[in-house]
Amino acid sequence: MRQFLAGLLIGAAALAPAGIVMAQSTPLRIEITDGVIEPLPFAVPDFVAETGTAGELSAQIARVVAADLAGTGLFREVPASAHISRVTDFDAPVQYADWKAINAQALITGGVSVNGNRLTVRFSGYDVFSENMLGEGLQFSGTTEGWRRMAHKVSDAIYSRITGESGYFDSRVVFVSESGPKNDRRKRLAIMDYDGANVQYLTNSSAIVLAPRFSPAGDQVLYTSYESGFPQVHVLDVARVQRRILSPEDGVMSFAPRFAPDGRTVVFSQSRGGNTDIYRMEIASGNLTRLTSAPSIETAPSFSPDGSQIVFESDRSGSQQLYVMAANGGEARRISFGSGRYGTPVWSPRGDLVAFTKQNRGRFHIGVMRTDGSEERLLTSSFLDEGPTWAPNGRVIMFTRETQGASGRATLYSVDISGRNLKPVRTPDGASDPAWSPLQN
Amino acid sequence: MGISGMKRAICLVAALAVSACSNATDWRDDGFGGSGGAGAGTDVGLGAGALAPNSPAYFQQTVGDRVLFAVNQHKLGAEAQSILAAQAGWLNTNPEYTITIEGHADEQGTREYNLGLGARRANAAREFLVANGVSPTRIKTVSFGKERPLEICSAEACYAKNRRSVTVIAGGFTS
Repeated sequence: MRQFLAGLLIGAAALAPAGIVMAQSTPLRIEITDGVIEPLPFAVPDFVAETGTAGELSAQIARVVAADLAGTGLFREVPASAHISRVTDFDAPVQYADWKAINAQALITGGVSVNGNRLTVRFSGYDVFSENMLGEGLQFSGTTEGWRRMAHKVSDAIYSRITGESGYFDSRVVFVSESGPKNDRRKRLAIMDYDGANVQYLTNSSAIVLAPRFSPAGDQVLYTSYESGFPQVHVLDVARVQRRILSPEDGVMSFAPRFAPDGRTVVFSQSRGGNTDIYRMEIASGNLTRLTSAPSIETAPSFSPDGSQIVFESDRSGSQQLYVMAANGGEARRISFGSGRYGTPVWSPRGDLVAFTKQNRGRFHIGVMRTDGSEERLLTSSFLDEGPTWAPNGRVIMFTRETQGASGRATLYSVDISGRNLKPVRTPDGASDPAWSPLQN
Repeated sequence: MGISGMKRAICLVAALAVSACSNATDWRDDGFGGSGGAGAGTDVGLGAGALAPNSPAYFQQTVGDRVLFAVNQHKLGAEAQSILAAQAGWLNTNPEYTITIEGHADEQGTREYNLGLGARRANAAREFLVANGVSPTRIKTVSFGKERPLEICSAEACYAKNRRSVTVIAGGFTS
């Protein structure tokens, strides 16, 4: 695994400048914020197997790239059955006419070689109609077991070059895996690739676990567990799957934790004497600072990306609404003023928006608003949608949708911030409380 | 601090009336105390007449271990107060027991907020018991939010039973 990561670091270093430069010079461009009427057609023929043992992976990597791009809703794959050219040599000139004929506006080709446990992926993107490369070709190396990550790296590069935005495919999601009936639901923490692959369980189901949250580096997860009989904030090292209690006192309910962007500070709620307030704790010293002191429920704090402010929910006005305060507490200003109740605010990684859960007239919605509360947009509507989390590029939101009734079941969904491309995320069991990691290195 | 015999008698009458209105299977369905030592009486589901008056099962089934709340509220209604008064009476008569009060919410709310709401409900029950003579050192509170519904339909008939506080006799530990 270490060798795999080292290989990826080299690839990522080469990738960053190319993505920025080419995004501005290529005519093939999707503006994500525009209303995209027609997804951009692309072709990803099977990557070329450049060693005898690379055959299976070269096809699988191409399939993951195609699924990543098509899964955004911004691209549409021209299926292999329609292809005229077959790519048998990664270094041979592209037969543009063959790809124009099937209206594939973007073409992604690749070559895959396997030497022992070592996998090398080369790839290039082409703007078919201008007959230009989409940036320079790139190469990633790693171990064969990390082949899906390399495919996601390819997708991130292509996405970035066409949209001008960073991608989100080489990322993970930590969530609560659910099984059993509603009145005896078993919950355990799980982690997976953003697309539902490679599910790994992090806790057993002996205690209720809730709302995991990644550290800024993606190496740790905060969550709430009832392991002691009371809700307490735990921190878990993802690689070693080691966990410890973070919140200070036994018998005091602590929940709704989130890291500050510096990774050294956490915020969470504590309930004392029936009153729930927000506290801030330095992890190293354990120093606890109370940030709110109203007799109302203050919870679900989330930092702005620069760490200077916290958005949270409070029912101090008589119903749940969203507020913003300085990161060290003090006076808060209300930002939600529409009809209904607002909760679970999450500041976007770009800093421009707050995602939230809204309850209005018996329906639940996921929505976004600017950080001053203006330009509210509801993206979804169902019996119970809640708990949004942002993709690392701030363009897609994942959340929990629970169905109605005695057989009600929780499923993860994703939607882009324009409200398009709503779709379930595949998980082995029921799933709730997703948290999206930063892009991996 | 005790309560007068007269007050105790009124409480018990009220508690019996409430208990008589309840479906006995409801108690047995509540098999998840969640907290340590919870559910000591859940296996004793037979006739209440056979129960020892100082047993946790008697408390659960005859006195009544839970009170219900209105939507988004933690205020104790008249029925809730009469049940809690009976609980206080029993706890004052049986001082060897400690309790954990669980606060619960229905599913119509976001997860974190419902944890806060359950904490309010558990605390409302706690304050009533303390005001009626139960030592605060005998009481712990915990909120389960919407994590442990009793009833699983998505209708007010179920929600009404899920918006509850449950007083669980915890026995031997002290705080």
